[in-house]
Amino acid sequence: MPSLSPITRRRLAVFRHQRRAWWSLWAFGLLFVLSLGAELIANDKPLLVQYQQQWYFPMLVDYPDTVFDGFLPTAADYHDDFTRNAIESDGWMLWAPIPFSYDTLDEYLDHPAPSPPDGRHWLGTDDQGRDVLARVIYGFRLSVIFALVLTAGSLVLGVLAGGVQGYFGGKVDLIGQRLTEIWSGLPVLFLLIILASLVEPNLWWLLGIMLLFSWLGLVDIVRAEFLRARNLEYVRAAKAMGLPSHLIMWRHVLPNAMVATLTFIPFLFTGAITTLTALDFLGFGLPPGSPSLGELVAQGKNNLQAPWLGITAFMTLAVMLSLLVFIGEGIRDAFDPRHVQSASGNTTPQGSPAHEQ
Amino acid sequence: MNNDTLLSLDRLSIGFGDTTVVKELSLDVRRGETLALVGESGSGKSVTALGALNLLPPNATIKGGRWLGDTDLSRLTPRKWQGLLGNRVGFVFQEPMTSLNPLHTIGRQLAETLRLHQGLRGRGARHRCRELLEQVRLPRAEELLDAWPHQLSGGQRQRVMIAMAIANQPELLVADEPTTALDVTVQQEVLALLAELRDHHGMGMLFITHDLNLVRRHADRVCVMRHGEHQETGTVERVFQSPQSAHARELLDAEPEGVPTPCGDAPTLIEARQLSVTFERRRRLFQRRQPGFEALAPLDLHIAAGETLGVVGESGSGKTTLASALLRLNQAKGVIDFAGARLDQLSGKALRQQRRNLQIVFQDPYGSLSPRMPVADIISEGLRYHQPELSEQEVSARVRATLREVELPEHVAQRYPHEFSGGQRQRIAVARAIILEPRLIVLDEPTSALDRTVQKQLIALLRDLQARRGLSYLFISHDLAVVRAMAHRVMVLKEGRLIEQGPCMDVLSRPADPYTRALVKAAGLVPQG
Repeated sequence: MPSLSPITRRRLAVFRHQRRAWWSLWAFGLLFVLSLGAELIANDKPLLVQYQQQWYFPMLVDYPDTVFDGFLPTAADYHDDFTRNAIESDGWMLWAPIPFSYDTLDEYLDHPAPSPPDGRHWLGTDDQGRDVLARVIYGFRLSVIFALVLTAGSLVLGVLAGGVQGYFGGKVDLIGQRLTEIWSGLPVLFLLIILASLVEPNLWWLLGIMLLFSWLGLVDIVRAEFLRARNLEYVRAAKAMGLPSHLIMWRHVLPNAMVATLTFIPFLFTGAITTLTALDFLGFGLPPGSPSLGELVAQGKNNLQAPWLGITAFMTLAVMLSLLVFIGEGIRDAFDPRHVQSASGNTTPQGSPAHEQ
Repeated sequence: MNNDTLLSLDRLSIGFGDTTVVKELSLDVRRGETLALVGESGSGKSVTALGALNLLPPNATIKGGRWLGDTDLSRLTPRKWQGLLGNRVGFVFQEPMTSLNPLHTIGRQLAETLRLHQGLRGRGARHRCRELLEQVRLPRAEELLDAWPHQLSGGQRQRVMIAMAIANQPELLVADEPTTALDVTVQQEVLALLAELRDHHGMGMLFITHDLNLVRRHADRVCVMRHGEHQETGTVERVFQSPQSAHARELLDAEPEGVPTPCGDAPTLIEARQLSVTFERRRRLFQRRQPGFEALAPLDLHIAAGETLGVVGESGSGKTTLASALLRLNQAKGVIDFAGARLDQLSGKALRQQRRNLQIVFQDPYGSLSPRMPVADIISEGLRYHQPELSEQEVSARVRATLREVELPEHVAQRYPHEFSGGQRQRIAVARAIILEPRLIVLDEPTSALDRTVQKQLIALLRDLQARRGLSYLFISHDLAVVRAMAHRVMVLKEGRLIEQGPCMDVLSRPADPYTRALVKAAGLVPQG
């Protein structure tokens, strides 16, 4: 489509008009973009090294110790005093603002791990001596990407299944509905726990299993919209024009169903993040060592003497989920037709005028 | 001021923000008379009534004097308004389907008005409710008190609305298009009832409508409006005989006129034999399947090339079902021969290929165009699918040519449907149909959502297209005046059964069946000279 349709433009205006949702979107977007560059913010290798008039990029390339006058052919440890002195004697290093990655064990701690926040570790370390801030940044990125992929996947499956059931109706609908009901009766959590004992669960396993079930929530909404839309006059006109079903669904029915679907997306999204966190908390989630917010929550619970762990985990989740809920509210209101009508002025919904008595 | 004057408006102006929708309108309604407020849609008729009685949203600005008897309406407090509305003033709205609360019984809704304004409760209220339902001629009043709105037909609901409006014996009754959503024969009964109640209670009635036929028969005086401005006021006889304003003349002339060009002995294009539609009822568990509902009893029809077959009937008579069956848009039994091929035996791709020859234009100009597509895409969609070999330039040339043919400027192609009026949208829908060069177009009430003057133009266009392209039409309408202007032959349907058919002129001037006679009488056709 060459330009935005007027309805979309009005919805955008309503959304922008809601300051809380609009700012939340910007804040969340900014956080996500920043976390995409997590390697530039928190890294246990220098971003750039100049040594003996030569440039090195330790962030991208693994250099052996021997390059920097060491004895071992293993990868260089830039926190090691020997290497550090060697480089700084004939060049310099550019470090990321946080010189630790999510899995860096800091061997030079002043306190026993978990160590409290100080100048070296801004949010302290966890009980294995890893930097909490670095883990939060990487964990945030992982959660959001997980949720994005899961939401996109459920969207495709849910719209496809709901669309086919709603558009064709009749027997297709009847059988499809019964199948989804049976499918949704399977206990997801048990499946994940059983899986955790059979295979080493990684990100893709989790994603796959969750995807098998998360689309079910969308089916009913999309199906209802398709059921309604298939009898709209312009859909019947398209049918009378001889267009094949897939074109009618794609061009005429889907845009209608998208309104209800889009409203649902933020809630799918927050649901995905919470589920991942919960699984990690219980220990059935990502493999040990992965940067995960759920694991941080578990650490906070196990180390009540180190409140920075629990507080950080809580604040991260609270801010992230609140921003998403605000955005979700904004989207829901923007798609509310009663708001669209009064887009120019206030955004409060109006009751029906002139009701008798 | 006359003692008889009930409602009096003195240079009333109503505006929303910067736009004025009613400009300096003066009128008065006297006791015991019906004043008809007439105009096309958007002329400010309803806004005038709602504004005068404080029923507009708070962002409306209302200026000028308004009096109900001796009460100055412009100075009333909100509390006083509550005591006045529903008590001294009664309302009947257009949509009987939505103006009753679906979750309350009829009796409860009626009793609410009585409780609010007269403090009637319990047995007394119930007794009065039954009396009211009897007054509006509803049968089985006692049972109806406990009925839910969805159990009533449109006409019955409108009677309930009238009962609610007169419950407190108002001095003024405002009827805003009270019969527009009803079938013609029901319309007559409802309006006769209103007139009788008016005489009985000595009410004044403000009757808002766009239908001049109703005005002629049911009003005493008429006030014509256009774009919020007063055009002329006078007794019905005077205005209808010698209208003084140009717009009143235009409205009176807007009756569809002319007859279709005779089509001679053209070969038959489409023929259906024993066409019938049955909707299956739901089968309950462990129960026998109930016999299906016969929406269309078996009937035969044929349309010649270049001919228009009119289909007439009230709502629920199976007109649209017939059209859908003929186009194979729903399940039907029977034989359909289209241009020598068996249409009823085609399926899948072959059927889709054939569809370009059989197009349809729907009733609702607002629902039949996808709001998310620009006009050019709407019109060209079918063409792109059926002739994918056409280049982008060829398609847009065809779109422009088609727009010219339906008398729309070419530059509208990039706009979206919401920017157009009802008449223009209907032209777009016609353009979408004719760009595929069909041989038969089903016109499903194409004019009933339009104003009379716009209707007339659309009918002229459709007749033009027929003459130019040799199109056949199946023309569905409940409006006999429009059918007379369009159809060569006509079929009358009632409850899914064929009542009468024959050449249009014969059926309309010498109806054989009593039902057709009632329809013709209710339509009040002006004889064509």
